Amino acid sequence: MNAAIWTVRRLLHGAGLIVAVLVLNFILVHLAPGDPADVIAGEMGGASETVMADIRAAYGLDRSVPEQLARYLGHVLTGDLGFSFYFNRPVTALVFDRMGATALLVMSAIVTALVLGTWLGVVAARRPRGLAAQLVAVFSVAGFAAPVFWTGMMFLLAFASYWPIFPVSGMADVGYPRHGLAYALDVAHHLVLPSLTLAMIYMAQYSRQARAGMLAALSADYIRTARAKGLTEPRVVWRHALRNALIPVITIAGLQFGQVLAGAVLVETVYSWPGLGRLAYESILRRDSPTLLGVLLGSAVMVILANLLTDAAYRLADPRLRGTS
Amino acid sequence: MSISIGRRGAIVAAGATGLPIASHAQAPDPKRGGTLVMLGASTRHVNPALQSGTPAGIPGTQIFASPLRFDDKWNPLPYLAESWVLAADGKSLTLNLVKSAVFHDGAPVTSADVAFSIGVIQKNHPFKTMLEPVEGVDTPDPHTAIIRMSRPHPAIMLAMSPALCPILPKHVYGDGRDILTHPANTAPVGSGPYRLTEFKPGESITLARFDRFFIPGRPYLDKIVMRIIADAPTALLALERQEIVYIPYVTTVRDAERLGKQAHLQVSDKGFEGIGALNWLAFNCAKKPLDDKRVRQALAYLADRPRMLKVLQGGKVPVALTPIHPGSPLYTTEVNHFDYDLKKAEALLDEAGHKKGADGVRFKLTIDPIPGAVETSAGVAEFLRGQFKRAGVELELRTAPDFPTWAQRVAGQEFDLATDAVFNWGDPVIGVHRTYLTRNIRKGVIWSNTQSYSNPKVDALLDAAAAEPDPAKRKAEYKEFQQLVVDDVPILFLHPFPYTQAAHKGLKGLPTTIWGPMSPWDEMYWEAADRR
Repeated sequence: MNAAIWTVRRLLHGAGLIVAVLVLNFILVHLAPGDPADVIAGEMGGASETVMADIRAAYGLDRSVPEQLARYLGHVLTGDLGFSFYFNRPVTALVFDRMGATALLVMSAIVTALVLGTWLGVVAARRPRGLAAQLVAVFSVAGFAAPVFWTGMMFLLAFASYWPIFPVSGMADVGYPRHGLAYALDVAHHLVLPSLTLAMIYMAQYSRQARAGMLAALSADYIRTARAKGLTEPRVVWRHALRNALIPVITIAGLQFGQVLAGAVLVETVYSWPGLGRLAYESILRRDSPTLLGVLLGSAVMVILANLLTDAAYRLADPRLRGTS
Repeated sequence: MSISIGRRGAIVAAGATGLPIASHAQAPDPKRGGTLVMLGASTRHVNPALQSGTPAGIPGTQIFASPLRFDDKWNPLPYLAESWVLAADGKSLTLNLVKSAVFHDGAPVTSADVAFSIGVIQKNHPFKTMLEPVEGVDTPDPHTAIIRMSRPHPAIMLAMSPALCPILPKHVYGDGRDILTHPANTAPVGSGPYRLTEFKPGESITLARFDRFFIPGRPYLDKIVMRIIADAPTALLALERQEIVYIPYVTTVRDAERLGKQAHLQVSDKGFEGIGALNWLAFNCAKKPLDDKRVRQALAYLADRPRMLKVLQGGKVPVALTPIHPGSPLYTTEVNHFDYDLKKAEALLDEAGHKKGADGVRFKLTIDPIPGAVETSAGVAEFLRGQFKRAGVELELRTAPDFPTWAQRVAGQEFDLATDAVFNWGDPVIGVHRTYLTRNIRKGVIWSNTQSYSNPKVDALLDAAAAEPDPAKRKAEYKEFQQLVVDDVPILFLHPFPYTQAAHKGLKGLPTTIWGPMSPWDEMYWEAADRR
């Protein structure tokens, strides 16, 4: 299929999905008990019936849910994601402010998981009965089984408490100016633990996937041919076998982008990383529905784009797919 | 400084030098400079004129000055008001303002600003009783404000505190826009020791020293950064690692003990008498079988609070016997202590007609613990479940995932029992009356009389005490009130909240007055040279 037609079709699918996500999320958020008026009254230390009614009227919460939904969709179509009850700011500004931090965390975690996971998988596949392979197997089972928040706490205890080489929380130290190389290094220093925590579970999965793919590839005829041609072992492994073994890993990585974002909610909360995940967490606790819907919309767009890019990468990696729909 | 009863009975107070006086003992040589990086809390805005609570109150009391401040013995001290006179009939309070005070934008603080602020608070603050009798504020000159009241209102003094009476600049907040959504709520202009330089919602609040603060030489710190760390264990670790150096409210004994063992940290349980936080168990008096006082009393006899506190708090926290915080001068212990008595509890339940069934069960109740630390919420519910079962009362836990869920059940009066954390806010008129007055039973409003408790004698006593100018008579009225409420058991009082503040040892001048962290930090400074 022509690449342009394929791209347009996928974009249209994506747009349909985004509308569905908007409607479904709106309904789900409004099904939760309590509303922003309860939260604001709680934070105020109580509020009269009049104040509660005023708050509900100010944010349109006194209208029926279908009416609120229609108004919300109308605003979103004009690029207006609403105003945050809790943060007193337009949601679009809030989401854009936090998106960079989450993108940095998620992308660094995915790259870390892909690179290290694949490397571990290759190491395990080269000598399947060796000690390294056994260690990788143990690591992948443990990494996959451990919940993200638990891994985060363990890393904090190990590398921020007992052996304090990394910071506990935040994205940068207060003392640094927010520009220049020193700031970039400071952010990188703060990024190590959150990124590793988020990457852990996926690293384990990718190592298993890469190991299985490599085992299959290394026993294939074309590898035997490559060896017969006298290619060096590293070239056979890293150039010829790995390229084929990577295709399922790429597919899984793309599909898991949404899960990585979900994991970011926990990681950002544990490490006080100022991203969309923490914003989502605070919005849920405060029933700040416009902000939560804005974060979910941003996440949905990112997931859809990531899947689109994965499919494109898949087509690049495997020429056979270019003629299919 | 002197506080005396004048010839005609007027209470007169003034700073002898005409300058505000330190709220607690001064260290010999406070040093200037340095940054305080501390734990902050997420807040919608930093204007305490519109809401109570510590998240807005802590930054708010640094940004805004108030007419008075208080020491650690409940004595009022000069602040924006260098002296004041409470009239003999108790119906007016004259504030004589410091002449050198200016707002962060350079405009002078005047009596018009005081009158404007009191109007804003009266209209918008949730504590309606706090300024209820105020009829108006006269401003005979720019530095004199006379608060007129329809009746004596002893609570007016504590209502002038930093967290309750921030003085807002009229020229900023009185520009005709809705005060509730005014942009200056997140970009405030006050006259306190620090001015706000950055407000990043959910992330951080940054304050810088206000060089024209009206107390010469103060404040000492250059900058305060309040970092919001949502995860409690991470915040503790950050304090241990010195990424932050001050936590104003450590909420559990376990955490305080852990921090107290750190060589570089100081821990203090002083400074929490003013907010007077109590943890309690509320009964829905409108629902059967809890509408019967004997049933509530029986459950109180079963609770065994000393044992509960031993199990959950290591015995480090006292029992709170009454609706008034033990740190208040109005607190009394001359009430029914409801010591554990299984026989008495069973007799009361039998008398109320709730005999044990064949399965040993008399009746079933639900309990909604307020989301929070296990020791003060879910743990309490679990403990009580075991206690109540001894007499055949089954308790089912309904754990709420978050505050809005819990608040909807409690405010909607859709509960049997609920644990709750409620503050006294200094004077009982401000934070205590709301829970017991019959006229404050308001469905859908959290921290009103959600127990649906009604006792005409209690109503009369509270109304009398609210307007009683004689301190001795007032104390006697509140004593009787406490005895009645404790005996009626609309609420079983569990314990004062075990708050502590933890800070780096090099940080001096920690706020330990009755309002603690919710008072101006103009006396806080770094002793360690490397921190400045």
